[in-house]
Amino acid sequence: MNNKGVDKSKRQFLTTALTVVGAVGTGYLAVPFLAQMQPSVKAMAAGAPVEVDISKMEPGQLLRVAWRGKPVWILNRTPNVLATLKTLDSELRDPLSEESEQPPSSKNPVRSIKPEIFVAVGLCTHLGCSPTFRPEIAPNDLGDKWKGGFFCPCHGSWFDLAGRVYRGVPAPTNLVIPPYRYITDTQIIIGEETEENAA
Amino acid sequence: MKNLIALLLLLILSFGVAASEGVELQEANIDLTDNDSLQRGAKHFVTYCLGCHSAKHMRYLRIALDLGVDQKKMLNDIAPEGASIYDQLNSAMNKHDAEKWFGTQPPDLSLIARSRGANWLYSYLKSYYIDPGSPLGVNNTVFEDTAMPNPLWQLQGEQHAEIRKTIWGEYKKLVLEEPGTLSEREFDLFVNDLVNFLVYVGEPVQLERQRIGKYVILFLLMFVVIAYLLKKEYWKDVH
Amino acid sequence: MKPTRLTECGDWVLERFPITKFWNEHMAHYYAPKNFNFWYFFGSLALLVLVNQIITGILLTMNYKPDAKLAFDSIEYIMRDVPWGWLVRYMHSTGASAFFIVVYLHMFRGIMYGSFKHPRELIWIFGMLLFVALMAEAFMGYLLPWGQMSYWGAQVIISLFSAIPVIGDDLSLWIRGDYVIADATLNRFFAFHVIAVPLVLVMLVFMHIVALHEVGSNNPDGIEIKDSKDPWGHPVDGIPFHPYYTVKDIVGVAVFLLFFATVTFYMPEMGGYFLEHANFIPADPLKTPEHIAPVWYFTPFYSILRAIPDKFAGVIAMAGSIIVLFLLPWLDRCKVKSIRYRGGIFKKALLLFVVSFLALGYLGTQPVTPAATILARIFTAIYFGFFILMPIYTRWEKTKPVPKSLTRPHTLEEHFHTLEEQLPVLLEEITALKPMTTEIGDSAFKSSFFSRRPNPGGMLNVISRVAKKVKGSLD
Repeated sequence: MNNKGVDKSKRQFLTTALTVVGAVGTGYLAVPFLAQMQPSVKAMAAGAPVEVDISKMEPGQLLRVAWRGKPVWILNRTPNVLATLKTLDSELRDPLSEESEQPPSSKNPVRSIKPEIFVAVGLCTHLGCSPTFRPEIAPNDLGDKWKGGFFCPCHGSWFDLAGRVYRGVPAPTNLVIPPYRYITDTQIIIGEETEENAA
Repeated sequence: MKNLIALLLLLILSFGVAASEGVELQEANIDLTDNDSLQRGAKHFVTYCLGCHSAKHMRYLRIALDLGVDQKKMLNDIAPEGASIYDQLNSAMNKHDAEKWFGTQPPDLSLIARSRGANWLYSYLKSYYIDPGSPLGVNNTVFEDTAMPNPLWQLQGEQHAEIRKTIWGEYKKLVLEEPGTLSEREFDLFVNDLVNFLVYVGEPVQLERQRIGKYVILFLLMFVVIAYLLKKEYWKDVH
Repeated sequence: MKPTRLTECGDWVLERFPITKFWNEHMAHYYAPKNFNFWYFFGSLALLVLVNQIITGILLTMNYKPDAKLAFDSIEYIMRDVPWGWLVRYMHSTGASAFFIVVYLHMFRGIMYGSFKHPRELIWIFGMLLFVALMAEAFMGYLLPWGQMSYWGAQVIISLFSAIPVIGDDLSLWIRGDYVIADATLNRFFAFHVIAVPLVLVMLVFMHIVALHEVGSNNPDGIEIKDSKDPWGHPVDGIPFHPYYTVKDIVGVAVFLLFFATVTFYMPEMGGYFLEHANFIPADPLKTPEHIAPVWYFTPFYSILRAIPDKFAGVIAMAGSIIVLFLLPWLDRCKVKSIRYRGGIFKKALLLFVVSFLALGYLGTQPVTPAATILARIFTAIYFGFFILMPIYTRWEKTKPVPKSLTRPHTLEEHFHTLEEQLPVLLEEITALKPMTTEIGDSAFKSSFFSRRPNPGGMLNVISRVAKKVKGSLD
């Protein structure tokens, strides 16, 4: 053993170089290891767009379909409901959906492409429970202020029939609107916005 | 002692030669970078194989992405009517019917190229001959008493077997007696495309892993050099 | 240095947890002999492969389904649909074979340099237990893909237990949990493969290393470095494991990874040895493949089993071939540890043993023929002869004097240097000038390599010289 005449800086340089290169290598190795926990092609196949026939929907009727394993609501809104929606703005947290998640085509006060047909992901933006559909006005349990909407039983969040969240409830943003488009007047496809990204 | 070792080594070596018996296989020309061949093979597979055999581990989407086929074109030209791009290559045939007709279920072909090998498949598909004695009316020199009728007989035509004798024993020489709709060269190419596709289906990631492998090895070479320099530097201390 | 928040935080932990002590004891102040050579890489490499198997194994269990109906398809699902699943699976399957390559070389090192001898008998015993646990781990892991080889290989091996008199049939039934290999067997093998045996392996590795660091490492000279110490109490011929052997082992790791990556990315099947062709066919309890061969790392023992004409005796012989290895420290009566100073008879015996081990391994992959059976019997006899005759031939071995201190190993540069000096001479000898018919090219071309042709006479000379040298080193 002889430590005299050791080029300390060279040692330091090589050690650093090896550490950096080793760290880069480990980083690259970690990518596939972490990525393999991403959804597989099978999960993506299950998340393929869903076609829904809305020709037989009655006014006021709610349809539930599964897209990517999530409940998606399709609601046929009556003119009455649409009229009520206009009067609620002052009680809502984000009436114009500035901070909420929706495709551009649904970024309007009624949050839909065609005003009467409302499409939304039926999961509360608070902690992911599925709210219940309560179209009636001022029921006993919810009180006079209830103008019809979606009520989340888990933590008591209120949404109107355009999926907009009320003030003073735990949910931070409006219900999420999934990408969807009309194939024909009576057929919508959930999961794609334009024909280009059609699979 | 040394003679004994030499003798034993000779004996062992002679096994390698003796063990390789059976029919001599013809060599398939496998090129997974040839997308045209793979696309033709995919089409052949769907037309001639998918009726009975599935390739259930393969999705149309994956084939479209890997072979550079437009997804619409994939569904219109290659996949059977009504298939979705996410679908696996499932066969329409009922399993119970299959068992009744062939005495066995046609195997899934996703991994057939990995279990049998490309040359075997290539030779097998080319080695059917008319054999009135067998239940199917045809037989195969590569796979004696095969349960599969020849799906490609219209393309290939009818082959007959002639017994040839050599000093090593007898073998069957196949002679084309009635030509099919394809010439012999066209048919070879047809089978080759199909086998090429099956090799791809056996392990779709083959090209990708070879591509990534290059970078990994280059990186490791660099790592080896730095590690060696560091080791040399530290070991200057040790006398 | 001014104490910062970070160092204070670090000190807070260190005062309560003996990381420094552990580090010093096993790395910075663990003195290892300074003359470790190539053969000493395989211990740390085995540890590396173990880590690889555990990490990739955990990732595989996230998508694998231990169910006879789903297992085979779930592997193909991993290979195709799971992002990067193919890489994780190939790393695991290649790792299994790499584990055995590394461990076999590690064991050979131990035999060659007498690392199993006093005072390291217990390290050897722990190592052998590790080897047995590793074989169990590999065997049970091999059932999981639920291919034809998985199924029938397991069927054959579990049937071995039925050869045991009286309890045999009940025992194999109990192991399987069914009358044949079935879903129940797959499920319990999964439990053993992912939880039970890995725990045992990790514990044994820990004990193996603790035992090693208690008595200290052996070395290619087979001298105890603790016998001569400097005034500070450190072995004169020892160097701290860290940094000297950490930086050296990193080189070993890097070179190993180079080979490992080459196999993983370019030949994951390894011509049907690492992944057998028949295992790409789903398990079929009604149809045995034409030729069953276990994976290559079991074939030497499988050959011994097949070589014995009696079922029970065959099982005994196979078990015996592993048990004798446990007894090695007591079979070898020679006082000298390293092969460098041992007598010619041991060198020859070891060579015969290695040849017969490799030959048995090869024969185990091949179908049974009468000639192959005779050969397998001869090699089985040699295999056991190596151990059983050992107390006799090692007792009167003519050993060479063992030096007092370690001899210096040749460095890689020195090897290259000798090669550099000798290569042109060697080339001169094995080639001869091509007869020049026409005068083309410049004179540099004429003297170059291309203007020469192979010279059979010179090659024979070189070969006989190498052979003499090998024989000389054996005697």
